[in-house]
Amino acid sequence: RASESEGEKEAIVADFHKKIKDAFEVFDHESNNTVDVREIGTIIRSLGCCPTEGELHDLIAEVEEEEPTGFIRYEKFLPVMTKVLLERKYRPIPEDVLLRAFEVLDTAKHGFLTKEELIKYMTEEGEPFSQEEMEEMLSAAIDPESNSINYKEYITMMVIDEN
Amino acid sequence: GKSKAFKAAALIQRWYRRYMARLEMRRRCTWSIFQSIEYAGQQDQVKLHDFFSYLVDHFTPRNHNERDFLNRMFTEERFAQDSEMEKSSDFESIEVPDSYTGPRLSFPLLPDQATALVEAFRLKQQLHARYVLNLLYETRKHLAQLPNINRVSTCYSEEITVCGDLHGQLDDLIFIFYKNGLPSPERAYVFNGDFVDRGKESVEILMVLFAFMLVYPKEFHLNRGNHEDHMVNLRYGFTKEVLHKYKTHGKKILRTLQDVFCWLPLATLVDEKVLVLHGGISDRTDLEFLAKLDRHKIVSTLRCKMRKESTKQEEEKKTANQPSSAQEPTPWFLPQSRSLPSTPFHLRPDKAHRAGRSCSIPCPGALDRQELSRHARRSVDLELERCRQQAGFPGIKESEEPSPLASGPDPESGELLEPTQEEWRQVVDILWSDPMAQEGCKANTVRGGGCYFGPDVTEQLLERYSLQLLIRSHECKPEGYEFCHNRKVLTIFSASNYYEVGSNRGAYVKLGPSLTPHIVQYQANKGTHLLTMRQRISRVEESALRALRKKLFAHSSDLLDEFKKHDADKTGIISLSDWAAAVESVLHLGLPWRMLRPQLVNSSTDNMLEYKTWLESLAKEQLSRENIQSSLLEKLYRNRSNLETIFRIIDSDHSGFISLDEFRQTWKLFSSHMNIDISDNCICDLARSIDFNKDGQIDINEFLEAFRLVEQSCSEGRDSACPQSTDTSDGGPSSPDPH
Repeated sequence: RASESEGEKEAIVADFHKKIKDAFEVFDHESNNTVDVREIGTIIRSLGCCPTEGELHDLIAEVEEEEPTGFIRYEKFLPVMTKVLLERKYRPIPEDVLLRAFEVLDTAKHGFLTKEELIKYMTEEGEPFSQEEMEEMLSAAIDPESNSINYKEYITMMVIDEN
Repeated sequence: GKSKAFKAAALIQRWYRRYMARLEMRRRCTWSIFQSIEYAGQQDQVKLHDFFSYLVDHFTPRNHNERDFLNRMFTEERFAQDSEMEKSSDFESIEVPDSYTGPRLSFPLLPDQATALVEAFRLKQQLHARYVLNLLYETRKHLAQLPNINRVSTCYSEEITVCGDLHGQLDDLIFIFYKNGLPSPERAYVFNGDFVDRGKESVEILMVLFAFMLVYPKEFHLNRGNHEDHMVNLRYGFTKEVLHKYKTHGKKILRTLQDVFCWLPLATLVDEKVLVLHGGISDRTDLEFLAKLDRHKIVSTLRCKMRKESTKQEEEKKTANQPSSAQEPTPWFLPQSRSLPSTPFHLRPDKAHRAGRSCSIPCPGALDRQELSRHARRSVDLELERCRQQAGFPGIKESEEPSPLASGPDPESGELLEPTQEEWRQVVDILWSDPMAQEGCKANTVRGGGCYFGPDVTEQLLERYSLQLLIRSHECKPEGYEFCHNRKVLTIFSASNYYEVGSNRGAYVKLGPSLTPHIVQYQANKGTHLLTMRQRISRVEESALRALRKKLFAHSSDLLDEFKKHDADKTGIISLSDWAAAVESVLHLGLPWRMLRPQLVNSSTDNMLEYKTWLESLAKEQLSRENIQSSLLEKLYRNRSNLETIFRIIDSDHSGFISLDEFRQTWKLFSSHMNIDISDNCICDLARSIDFNKDGQIDINEFLEAFRLVEQSCSEGRDSACPQSTDTSDGGPSSPDPH
């Protein structure tokens, strides 16, 4: 029985390794097993994880060279990322949890947030958005006629789109 | 602790960033798909080359017809140039009807005529063939006076705009003129090649570019790209476009274009400091050599028919008392750089006469001794690994005079000089090479020609010629431009939405007297800027996935075989991991299959896949009927591009038709080379079913759109006849040649 689960674990790890390699290679433009550190967040998130910016910075610190070069090597990334996947860290956020988060911000309980409210929260609270991030979110989320975001509909739309 | 609002905001942000990251990953994967499919298409050229080599090595024509057929494939009806081009009666005799409402040109051209052309094309008018030919005639005269490397200076026009590949996308050209201004003595332009192919308005782009060049010869400059080449045009759409738009005079236009393309300058040098050329460089690039060669000898970088030996070699041969001909025959081979072997086959020196199919194909088999003795042993370039002794055999006309020997070009027969190996290679290098990150210089196996050059090669060249920047094009970039090699190399690409609406921006670069590059980006599209990034990426992604599914379908049989290897127990199920491995080993596209898997495989439970069902679902998507013999279709589909190219080559007079017999022969040869099992009956049926009006001729274009009808012929009670039986005999008697 012990050897069975060992074998299973090996298979799982092997599978993770392949997934990680695939994702890494997408950004390995020079085919030399390195990626720009600025793309690490994208890679990690596309592998199913949902870290905060702070958690991401910690991860980067783990995979960076002792003297940061601006590039992350695959050899350092692989074991760290494998561990993350095995430990199922940084789980994605379920739809209902996301909905509740919006509801918290919607203090008046209207069912929607105004554009100004959304901007205020996203750029002043939490881990603030950059201007680019804010603009991009607004372009998809805000209904131009009402100048507000019906967050329930928004979530539904985004979730469908993902799947 | 933190307020609830803070935590809620943090959660939303966290979720959103993940969403955007996944979007970015999709965008990158989509890009990889397009690029890999594009380059796989270029690798197809290599397969085509292999096919022709195979023919040479293995196919013995047994009769007159077959020999003739092969002749047609391997000869090139060369337009005996100079003498013909002087005949302005080429276009003067063409009448323009009164009913023609398009632009009318008179020469010498005036600036407002060039501007009027742009406007006319914007309104979707078509320029009459007479004016096209007239313009081409004048263009060629002008180009022939230009040096190989054009030198321009910013002191006159103060600012120069360099644009990259346009590939028939007229909208982008119009946009550039709109945004940057029309060409003028104060506004100089350099267009860096690849004006044609792929897009639908290559003709119009050429007309506009040539017109402005004639009107502003000192300020408007063109460089040749690898697509300014009739052999490439056969495959990538320009030939088709011309023949479609100009049904009567298309052939003439194409022939004239051959002459225009080969006279395009190879590079432009700005202020002696910035070198602009289409592809790139190699560690052997020699600008002085390039400046001196006769560039017009290189009609196509894909087909180097005959090389003129250097006079020294000629003499050596003579003294060595070998039976000789001055023309060293050169094969039909793709641009290869140093480390790639290619298979030469030796042509008997061709005569550039238009009459008669004089060229012969060397063929193993019993031949007339006399014929054999006419041809010499040819030694081939050191790099070419296979060197065969071949003998020619006579063409149709037995009474043909022996080809001109020893003394070089025969002015009476209109024979032209052919480039030397070195000349040809130097030009191929600058038209086909791509930069790479690693140091060094190696063969560009992806494209099949030119090299990959590293930052050290760039440094070396810049230093050698005291240059500060190399501007090139040739590669599509998501932002329309990209610096590399320490910002010493700038790629500029001007065809926006090249793969698909929303796939990439276009860009151009402006250089002032300080020669600091200033990039301008754009995306000429109809409203995608109104879409969110999410929507834009989805659209492009859909398009890429569709193309990828087509490719997967085209390899169904091979995929099935590969899947079975992973299914030793014959359960019909494999893991998704095995799926990814199998797909890559069949397609060799180097794509991140595991990332793409969710979009390609809908039905899977517990990470396992019923592969047969999946393949069937692919087929259903591509074909409109159930229960079809998809394997034949699949094979045709997969080889579609090569077949089209072959057909167009066979159709040497550009009539748009090939005979049934030619079709059958081609397919038979091709399929035997590709190890496709197809019975003769099936081929006959296929051919007949495509000959819609039963006149013994096949319209190439119709054939290519006729897959549904192929399917029809296969499914109508011929299930047993199709594919599986191998017929090893060389086939029955050929039907009479309608020609």
